[in-house]
Amino acid sequence: MPGHDTARDVYRQALPVILVSLVAGLFSGTILGSETMRAGISEVPGLLLLLPAFLATRGGVYGSLGARLSTGLHQGLIEPRFQLDSRLTNAILASFINGMTVSVFIAVITFLWLRLFGNAGNLLELVGIMVVAGFLSAVLMISVLIAVIFVGYRRGLDPDNVIGPVVTTLGDVFGISFLLVGIYVVGAIV
Amino acid sequence: MSSSGSGGDRGRNPDREYVDEWSVRRIVRTMIPLLAALSVLQLVSGAVLETYQETLVSNPALLVLVPVQIGTAGNLASITCSRLTTQLYLGTYELHPSNPDLRANVGAVFALAGTVFGAVGVAAWGIGVALGGTLGLGRVLLVSLVSGMLLAVLVVVASVAAVEVSYRVGLNPDDTTIPVVTNLCDVAGVLILFAVVSVIV
Repeated sequence: MPGHDTARDVYRQALPVILVSLVAGLFSGTILGSETMRAGISEVPGLLLLLPAFLATRGGVYGSLGARLSTGLHQGLIEPRFQLDSRLTNAILASFINGMTVSVFIAVITFLWLRLFGNAGNLLELVGIMVVAGFLSAVLMISVLIAVIFVGYRRGLDPDNVIGPVVTTLGDVFGISFLLVGIYVVGAIV
Repeated sequence: MSSSGSGGDRGRNPDREYVDEWSVRRIVRTMIPLLAALSVLQLVSGAVLETYQETLVSNPALLVLVPVQIGTAGNLASITCSRLTTQLYLGTYELHPSNPDLRANVGAVFALAGTVFGAVGVAAWGIGVALGGTLGLGRVLLVSLVSGMLLAVLVVVASVAAVEVSYRVGLNPDDTTIPVVTNLCDVAGVLILFAVVSVIV
């Protein structure tokens, strides 16, 4: 049971998911290097600067949501079922608030950094892109995370071993894709 | 175990503590300052990456290596933190070399790192060649494995330290350890990768 696995158990449970995440990582690297993305990077000052922070907060916000739900399941505080349990909805709402707040914060500090080092930057444009990308990734990450944890837990998989890879995989691939969507949406409005 | 709200049962202290631990306010207030500070740190890492842009662009294999390497380190870090935290709550965690649970965690991290960073090296070399790169397989593989194993050491040390500190300070390790350790691995991953690249390439 949880916490008493051998190194071999952990290895065997984690490896397939990590390998899938690896393929997805290579895929997201390719999106990042694509013509469209590079055009976006050169058109919007600050995009390259905020990219690591944006991707990292996906992991921070939704990785900890996953870890919290996993511990909650192990402790018996929440049920692996889709119902409106107050602890479950609290955790989800909090991670949504965290995700959106930090996205806007990143846009602001990126703008300040650009100003500090004498480059041109558009605060409204950066905030707009981060709000769109942050919202889309929040909706996607929360839905998929809950589905994976609950279904996995009911099938006897220890969520602790799979949350990390699932979060980083989806966070990177969809983070970069939603960043592109954000650039398109804001570009169409501004 | 009542699942609806915290009002009405003031006498049941243990339950109230659990509900408090799961309140929106508490989760947001624990995490926002941390996430904000880490974003600033990531901005520095973004700037570092930007200064190496030329080296990266001229060697596409290394460019591919950057996000994958960091992502995998993050995976290993969150598995380790998540497991250590659960073991902490279940009472099986103890910081001692003879603790079988701790040894299993560490053993698995190194086995996974060896497997994955080997595969990463080959894949990055292949994609690099497809993109017109000139670096040889041996060199890309060496860069991937050396920097990967150094990162694995960092993952283990940082995860244990983060769980210990967070527990002693009184913060929920579920909220604090993963953001701290994955961000540390992001920034250190870039630095380690470039240190190894400057020696090998």
